[in-house]
Amino acid sequence: MKELMYPFDNGLLIKTKKKLKRALLSDGSVRIKKKIAVLGGSTTSDIIAMLEVFLLEQGIEPEFYESEYAQYWQDAVFSNVELDEFKPDVIFIHTTSRNISEKVNPTLDKEDCKEILEKEFLRFKTMWDKLDERFGCPVIQNNFELPAYRLMGNREAYDSRGMVNFITKLNVKFYDYAESRENFYINDINYISACYGLDKWTSLQHWYMYKYAMTLEAVPEFAFNLSNIIKSIFGKNKKAIALDLDNTLWGGVVGDDGVDGIEIGEETPDGQAYREFQSYIKEFKNIGVMLTVCSKNDEENAVAGLNHPDCILKPDDFTVIKANWENKDRNIENTASEMSIFSDAFVFLDDNPAERAIVSSQIGGIAVPEMEGVENYIKTVDRNGFFEVTGFSADDLKRNEMYMANAKRLQAQNSFENYEEYLLSLEMNAEIGDFKPMYLARITQLTNKSNQFNLTTKRYTQTEMEQTFNDENCIRLCGRLEDKFGDNGIVSVVVGRVSEEIVDIELWLMSCRVLKRDMELAMLDRLCEEAVKKGAKKLRGYYYKTAKNKMVSSLYETFGFTLVETKDEDTVWELSLEGYVNKNKVINVTY
Amino acid sequence: MTKNEIYERLTVVFRDVFDDETLEINDTTTAEDIEEWDSIEHITLISAVENEFKVRFKMGEVSGMKNVGEMVKIIEERG
Repeated sequence: MKELMYPFDNGLLIKTKKKLKRALLSDGSVRIKKKIAVLGGSTTSDIIAMLEVFLLEQGIEPEFYESEYAQYWQDAVFSNVELDEFKPDVIFIHTTSRNISEKVNPTLDKEDCKEILEKEFLRFKTMWDKLDERFGCPVIQNNFELPAYRLMGNREAYDSRGMVNFITKLNVKFYDYAESRENFYINDINYISACYGLDKWTSLQHWYMYKYAMTLEAVPEFAFNLSNIIKSIFGKNKKAIALDLDNTLWGGVVGDDGVDGIEIGEETPDGQAYREFQSYIKEFKNIGVMLTVCSKNDEENAVAGLNHPDCILKPDDFTVIKANWENKDRNIENTASEMSIFSDAFVFLDDNPAERAIVSSQIGGIAVPEMEGVENYIKTVDRNGFFEVTGFSADDLKRNEMYMANAKRLQAQNSFENYEEYLLSLEMNAEIGDFKPMYLARITQLTNKSNQFNLTTKRYTQTEMEQTFNDENCIRLCGRLEDKFGDNGIVSVVVGRVSEEIVDIELWLMSCRVLKRDMELAMLDRLCEEAVKKGAKKLRGYYYKTAKNKMVSSLYETFGFTLVETKDEDTVWELSLEGYVNKNKVINVTY
Repeated sequence: MTKNEIYERLTVVFRDVFDDETLEINDTTTAEDIEEWDSIEHITLISAVENEFKVRFKMGEVSGMKNVGEMVKIIEERG
């Protein structure tokens, strides 16, 4: 929905949030359900209402627990039946500078100030530790916005006795804690309030009248920023950018103006702006976002434009380049299928409103921000938080390389007579074994992101994954696949639960970038081997149908399982382990 | 701005905020008359009215308004 994309009209969103919610709920899209506990240190009702709208837009249908007014600490530290029964998937602690209970002042000495800082930090840490122990789910904590006034003026910033200094130090302590934890996240209201303007943000009237820690008009900005963290935790980030070229990456039309005629580089203001935008876009590769071109151009001209000496983005930076005269929505669909991702995982950047309108109307769920004026491009893309980073795995960094290697494999495939010969030529090596602590972040991420090759679509939080990791009754397998073109990283995860000679397969997923490589057969072989070791006689597999996993509806059948139960479109399958013969013939497997 | 014009625009704001396309208001309308008009929606309403007419209510005015008529009077004076 265009209204919910940055830059948005705060007043309009506040006024029409009910209508927006109704429209989103009736748009027929499939959403994951998540329970969100909001523990507030000030009024939270409009924050929740606004957050709900943004999350619905991002594919999440939230259910909320809202603490009584300013009861965040009590709710977190002491037992509370209502919250216990709610069983949150994520907890958000909405505290602000209004909730700082220990303060410094100019009459204290340095040591006192240090002690007060520790004491205040400990108050929060006690709460986080307690929440972790009670719920073990992700926790999102606001940092602190700067105060509305400065008693000592500028000295407040660098004197331990000043509140500006105190808040800054307290924020750093929060960051140190966050950096050392896997599922603890900071909602950076210090940054957001600065962007919004601190004077506008800190509306005292709204505090005195309604106990809102910020002006009501800033609530959409706040809620949007928060929703980006939540959608990222639950695997709803975008994955790729489809970029137009003319007047998006450079000024002018390369086909008409020629390579020498396009505007890029340090000579003109527009040229500088395009160049800086290109370098911003290029940085996305460092966080695993894939770049593609989607341009109405002759390919020759497009490539020549990208090879302009002042262009920072070069043809090699793109996973796929589509420069032709086909409709752009068709091109994006084709690009998506070549990369084995869904077209709704794309952000489409184009200066032309007509192209944007066609793409957003033809591809449901794709993000199409309003790109108006090259000097606004970076801000427009950045504030939308399409690629909010919450977890960082080594594979994220290598994703671009891996997709490039995939393209080479595709070329190689064409030169072989039969498919098995081709697979053998890839010289594939798989390491398939129990989870290792260093892989847990990637494994958790996969369970939240994989939609297509995923039999049960069971999602795990980091904590649930750690529990699984320590569960003696589980068979855990993660598979890493490499071949002569490169390392694909961890691509497949299987979890089986052993009880009375039967192994129930709770999770079976695989990354689509290794489809049709027989990796699933190698995983099955190893699963059977481990199951037999545990004394099991039978495997039982489950297929739970979702909107996206049709490709594996008959996976167990192709494995030779027998159908034992059908309920609606969900199915249950069994395989006897007696006399099982290994099926993989093309991958060399190590443990 | 005439009183009629104010009412025209104000009705749209009320309909948006309470998500009810049939809502009608007049000078004597109070929170009692609109089921959804509770203390939380009141905050949204005030903000939406301020935004629509580009006015800012003072703290005392927000708590002192007894009905829609008083709200319209303030808008007439300041809008």
